[in-house]
Amino acid sequence: MAYAAGVDVGSTQTKAVVVDAARTIVGRALIDTGANVMRAAETAFRQALTDGGVPEEEVEFVVGTGYGRYKVTFGNTQITEISCHARGAVQLFPRTRTVLDMGGQDTKAIRVQPTGEIVDFCMNDKCAAGTGRFLGAAAVALDLPLSELGPTALRGERAVKISTTCTVFAESEVLSWLGKGKKIEDILLGVHESIAARSIGLLRRVGIEAEVTFTGGVTRNQAMVDTLNKRLGLTVNVSEESHYIGALGAALFALDRIVSARAPAPAKGAA
Amino acid sequence: MSHTAGLDIGSTYTKAVIVGEDGAILGRGMEPTGFKLAQAAERALAQALDAAGRGRDDVAYLVTTGFGRHQAGIGDVSVTDLTAAARGASHYFPNTRTILDVGGQTMKASRLGADAKVQSFRLNDKCAAGTGAFLEKTARYMGYSTEEIGPLVATSKAPVSISGVCAVFAESEVINQLSEGAAPADIMHGAIVSLVDRSMQLMKRVRMEPEFTLVGGILRFERMVRVVEGALGGRVNVLPGDLVQYTAAFGAALLGQRRLRRLAADTAARAD
Repeated sequence: MAYAAGVDVGSTQTKAVVVDAARTIVGRALIDTGANVMRAAETAFRQALTDGGVPEEEVEFVVGTGYGRYKVTFGNTQITEISCHARGAVQLFPRTRTVLDMGGQDTKAIRVQPTGEIVDFCMNDKCAAGTGRFLGAAAVALDLPLSELGPTALRGERAVKISTTCTVFAESEVLSWLGKGKKIEDILLGVHESIAARSIGLLRRVGIEAEVTFTGGVTRNQAMVDTLNKRLGLTVNVSEESHYIGALGAALFALDRIVSARAPAPAKGAA
Repeated sequence: MSHTAGLDIGSTYTKAVIVGEDGAILGRGMEPTGFKLAQAAERALAQALDAAGRGRDDVAYLVTTGFGRHQAGIGDVSVTDLTAAARGASHYFPNTRTILDVGGQTMKASRLGADAKVQSFRLNDKCAAGTGAFLEKTARYMGYSTEEIGPLVATSKAPVSISGVCAVFAESEVINQLSEGAAPADIMHGAIVSLVDRSMQLMKRVRMEPEFTLVGGILRFERMVRVVEGALGGRVNVLPGDLVQYTAAFGAALLGQRRLRRLAADTAARAD
């Protein structure tokens, strides 16, 4: 039995997925990228193999993606995360036309054709505003674990307007609102609103077409999902696998390579 | 005796300067601004008065400046930081035509006329990559405090290229450089070079002319001054010692003296 794997080395976390020939995810792993990117890629890959009970030699093709994809030294090739997120999103939600990927350091808007082919994309490559890091800054300022941000914001009633664009300055703005007596819930709701507004700005640049699939680590944050839904006036697709969509896309591309390598070469002189 | 005080409530530090009638600095004080601006202002002022050996009653006029000047609820009048810095810089260097002010959360460039008044200015307070916060973050990613930046960067042999596009993205860049064996001092130096590149863009937009005077807390790092000189291809003025950080507060106090003289002249005119 042939398996394919995708390793998505993100700025904050590294994800690995192993799929079988039927495109089903059989193993997955998620770890912090840390300083040693090469080791993170290797560790995530091994953990995904263990998770799926798949022996390494049965994995015929590995595709690396994400910002650290060239550090996936054991991989057979690299594909950009834009392509992988589009591919993975269309696999999970076939009616996807727009993908919003919100990661630790970057947010991307991608518009895809029904085939999964990319029409246009846009990303914040110059500034960390509107990314997961903005939440990270708020978490540091408020001394809350990241996982508490969403649930806390969901209790907010009146969002505090966050005026700073820069993630670095947002940290002090959050503290100054706290000093002025605003409730943590309302400040956090405001932080979510601010990130949603920025990502919707990115989405508009590629054109918003339903269905919209939300991918990346921030998908686990329900307050972000709700805020996006409210502002977009639609329900974004989110799945349990949303965090792994880039790695899934990479694994599917890897599977394609296995399949095409096995397809009989077209007979000479035919056509 | 007519003393005046200048209080510069900056985004990171609050600075106070007491000045005598002749424009001489009698005392200085500095406190982290924090979030209680009024308290920081009072403490910095008390420090400066202590240093001057004077009491609050000796201050005939208090001029505030800096981003927190309206929120601190203190002082007789407030002026913009550009006006205050222009006054302070021109007192020491009368031929100043361009000022670069790099603070913790802002960067400002202004061009002055021969009368030392601000003719045009540009500022960045939206993005940390163009402010002192960029250097502070870079230092922190490597485990150094802000105060250690100066001594650290003094040992640099050559700058490592740092893109300086975003203070958050700089973290990955710094980690990559460290893992490839770059020295922290050279990385810090690279961050300074990229910050100075940004300052050149601001200065071009105000159509800079010599002489140049640098002000603001970040310029207390000697290396920063040298890199600016390298980029401009000439010498720049910097207030002596750590006065560079007090330029705007000093300017505000001087403006207070001018205001006092005007008030006195008005009173004299009315008495006639």
